[in-house]
Amino acid sequence: MNSLTIAALLLVFLGLAYQQGWSLSRRLATPQGSLHSRPVYHGSLVAIWTLAPALLVLALWALFGSTASRAFIIANLPAEIVDQGGPALQSAIQRVRQIASGFGVAGDAQPYEAAAGQALRQFQVITSATVLAAITAFAAVSLYFARRRVAPELRARNEVERLVSYLLLACSAVAVLTTLGIVLSLVFEAARFFTFVSPVDFFFGTVWNPRFSTTGSGSGEYGLLPLLWGTVMVAAIAMFVALPIGLMTAIYLSQYARPRVRNVVKPVIEILAGIPTIVYGFFALVTVGPFLASAGAAVGIDIRATSALTAGIVMGIMIIPFISSLSDDILRQVPRAMIDGSIGLGATRSETIKRVVLPAALPGIVGAFLLAVSRAIGETMIVVLAAGNSPFLRANPGEPISTVTVTIVNQLTGDQDFASPQSLVAFALGLTLFVMTLFLNMAALYIVRRFREQYE
Amino acid sequence: MTHNQETETAAMNMSSSQFVQDQLNASEPRSNEMKTRVIAKDVNVFYGAKQALFDVSVNVPDKAVIAFIGPSGCGKSTFLRCLNRMNDTIEGCRVEGEIRLDGQDVYDPKIDVVELRARVGMVFQKPNPFPKSIFENVAYGPKIHGLASNKTELEEIVVTSLKKAGLFEEVKDRLREPGTGLSGGQQQRLCIARAIAVSPEVILMDEPCSALDPIATAKIEELIDELRANFTIAIVTHSMQQAARVSQRTAFFHLGVLVEEGPTEQIFTAPSDKRTQDYVTGRFG
Repeated sequence: MNSLTIAALLLVFLGLAYQQGWSLSRRLATPQGSLHSRPVYHGSLVAIWTLAPALLVLALWALFGSTASRAFIIANLPAEIVDQGGPALQSAIQRVRQIASGFGVAGDAQPYEAAAGQALRQFQVITSATVLAAITAFAAVSLYFARRRVAPELRARNEVERLVSYLLLACSAVAVLTTLGIVLSLVFEAARFFTFVSPVDFFFGTVWNPRFSTTGSGSGEYGLLPLLWGTVMVAAIAMFVALPIGLMTAIYLSQYARPRVRNVVKPVIEILAGIPTIVYGFFALVTVGPFLASAGAAVGIDIRATSALTAGIVMGIMIIPFISSLSDDILRQVPRAMIDGSIGLGATRSETIKRVVLPAALPGIVGAFLLAVSRAIGETMIVVLAAGNSPFLRANPGEPISTVTVTIVNQLTGDQDFASPQSLVAFALGLTLFVMTLFLNMAALYIVRRFREQYE
Repeated sequence: MTHNQETETAAMNMSSSQFVQDQLNASEPRSNEMKTRVIAKDVNVFYGAKQALFDVSVNVPDKAVIAFIGPSGCGKSTFLRCLNRMNDTIEGCRVEGEIRLDGQDVYDPKIDVVELRARVGMVFQKPNPFPKSIFENVAYGPKIHGLASNKTELEEIVVTSLKKAGLFEEVKDRLREPGTGLSGGQQQRLCIARAIAVSPEVILMDEPCSALDPIATAKIEELIDELRANFTIAIVTHSMQQAARVSQRTAFFHLGVLVEEGPTEQIFTAPSDKRTQDYVTGRFG
């Protein structure tokens, strides 16, 4: 369909409607005293009222157009194909669409396919013409009515304000609905997975061995615990590295650093946050892993190059700017008057920080910490490369492990049958991860908000 | 302080005012009438390239209240903050000249600033209790300076300080509740109790009543009058009535210059400088 034509048409109507509203209101202004709103608002209002119905038509077509064309194709296909249902019908519909679009298909088109394609083509021409006509008609009619409303006392300015707030609401609804859609798709796919494997076996199983769907050797074992354990261990190591370094960096930046030092150090630290995680993965694999292995060997500890420790340390480095930046903001919110009060009583800088600044900022720092943890739990690339991908319950951080995110990657890469538990388990894992980070984020936001209320 | 003593002090102030003025003009303060606690001589303060104070010389008398008055931006707060080196915490601030506390140079590089601030307490414009309990707020100073060797002693210090600040009766049942839950006036008295708890010699007050209502202000002023018996107090205030009510001596600042300093009565009734006269009669500022 010629979306360019539609866009051009809408643009023409936009310009026309705006100009009409603008010039009409200006003409009204001179003889009958002043307008309530400036011509700009009259123009905008007419333009909005003209385009809104047309856009609504377009939206309806976008929503139901493909369903309608699918129904049309099915109506034109022979009954025996339709009766096959499932993938066969799906591929037949796909072939008809390709014939209609003129791209052609693999192999020779069956006569019934060619006929259906021909019919579909006509159907498409007719529908797009209808839509175009409908848009034009709606826009023209609403332009007529919008023009009639233009009057000196029309409160176009207030009305535009109200319509703008609806527009903004609609935009934020997009984000909310997308989240809802993601959650729903996760939930439905996970529910399909749980028809193969019982939730008890999944959530409390200690063995992860899904086998390959292609070998057809049963469905394997899907115990979540080894993966969860790996995730928790890597995240814990990461926080063990990131929290002290990040927090102390924040204390230095917010309390000690002179502005000149701060202006250099802060952006440099934030560059760390801009490094792609895959690059951290290389760094872990090529530099940190071998270093840890040889360092461990030197003191007689067996550390593998790809291990929970390697992934955790590098992930910790990645999270440092996250913690330091958030904590720095929070520490700087502690009122200057409070710090002065402590200094004025003869406390040193560090006494002030320990006894006044940190306690005051503690809720915020806990919030930052929780946000960082949820970041660590969801992190993928570093663990894919550096954790060793070995889904066993192991307490030793020097051994390779696997995490929830790594396993999702493994289960969904390569040739997959999306009806097998081997693939569907990825959705159950994703849902688990989502719920975990959701709760961490909610807790963090709650804590941070309570802290904010205290001072603002 | 009894009525008798008060008139006596006032009389003494009156008789010695001209003498003090001469002393200041000569820039060589001697200590023969009112015992001086803090001597400031030719103090210049710069914020970066901008000079905020020009050759200020003031004597702060012992066991009395001195008020620093003047229009906004005249440098009175800046001067106050020189006395306990709070200006050190401001980036780019530079202090020149000489300030002596009991003969000891405050800006001597060898001096322990932390100890100085324990000797020169400070109360700020906005009440700034720590987000801790009332008890912990007052106990803060004694704890960091190790003034109490055990819990009983600490409790004693806290109770005495709260009593001296006239707050004890109001809060004795809720010492464990947060200090931020008190009213503005109570918070400010809590901050005064907090300052008293480390037994300072001098208490600096930077517009302590500017955020308070008239009733709370009256209470603080009453308290200042009582504290004068044991402490040397320097107060910055915007309110000339307040200066007249609480202080024995007054210093008038204008555009970073100390215009005039003398007994409060004299500053308000018979100032020697035209600018002081204009200010105290409300012609500007």
